[in-house]
Amino acid sequence: MTVAVNPAQTGEPVFYLADEHPHPEGWSTSLGFWIYLMSDCLIFAILFATFGVLGGNYAAGPAPKDLFDLSLVAVNTSMLLLSSITYGFAMLTMQQNKIAQTQMWLAITGLFGAAFIGIELTEFAHMIHEGATPQRSAFLSAFFTLVGTHGLHVSCGLIWLVTLMVQVGKFGLIEANRRRLMCLSMFWHFLDVVWIGVFTFVYLLGVLR
Amino acid sequence: MSTDTHAAHADDHHHDGGHAHGTFSSYMLGFVLSVVLTAIPFWLVMSGTLPSKPITALVIMAFAVVQIVVHMIYFLHMNTASENGWTMMALIFTIVMVVIALSGSLWVMSHLNANMMPIHQMSGMK
Repeated sequence: MTVAVNPAQTGEPVFYLADEHPHPEGWSTSLGFWIYLMSDCLIFAILFATFGVLGGNYAAGPAPKDLFDLSLVAVNTSMLLLSSITYGFAMLTMQQNKIAQTQMWLAITGLFGAAFIGIELTEFAHMIHEGATPQRSAFLSAFFTLVGTHGLHVSCGLIWLVTLMVQVGKFGLIEANRRRLMCLSMFWHFLDVVWIGVFTFVYLLGVLR
Repeated sequence: MSTDTHAAHADDHHHDGGHAHGTFSSYMLGFVLSVVLTAIPFWLVMSGTLPSKPITALVIMAFAVVQIVVHMIYFLHMNTASENGWTMMALIFTIVMVVIALSGSLWVMSHLNANMMPIHQMSGMK
């Protein structure tokens, strides 16, 4: 910390730490969690770069135009967008200390998130059924890795959401639970930001290609 | 001295520690903007309104960038003041890294691809 030099009394520099006052629990959590999100952002950047490099290598297999159903992707996008706003409402009701309403909005968020995962898995199953497996071409390997990693994050977010609903049900909106809900809020909105990249660069530009 | 700094510190955190909170109207504004910014690119691609593909591609990428900024401001409550500016610093650093990784990869790999093999030999490999 601060290094103070006091040559007047002894002639030699004296080093000491300025008093290190105790920090309240969790005071650095949101910054730490933000830095985690930024490193997660780098993971997605690498996966996007991989998809950008390999996205045109179909190996004479199916191209995005043959595989993607944009109306289904639009429905999926709206699920995630709706889950973002309902999580926002959960945060607003949390600030007003309304436990029942917070739980309700969290549950609605979870349902939208589950719908998103359900639609995505249906899409994957449909593609794999048609022979468009990750092994088929470099394009499909990159596609399943990128979109699958995003889906895995959302699934983890859902598990986290259910865990926090149990926590809030058991202990109420205590300080620790508020902090946890705020971290999940950042995580959830961050995944929506990544999805903007996915639907633009993978789906829309893929069909356009 | 000790109590002084502690009080100042606590006060400090009260103002700009953690994240700023949204209000109902800011969340709704962000949501409406996001819906519009999502719907237009989907409509452009699905209806093929714009005459050329490169123009459509540029337009939908621009919409994506704007929507990411909207999400950052209205949903993630990014501002230059939260955590004394450290979240913004981390974000700027990450954006620089992402731009280098993405543009570098695409640039280098497209050049490698172009210099790989003559086209007539490639056609047999596909």
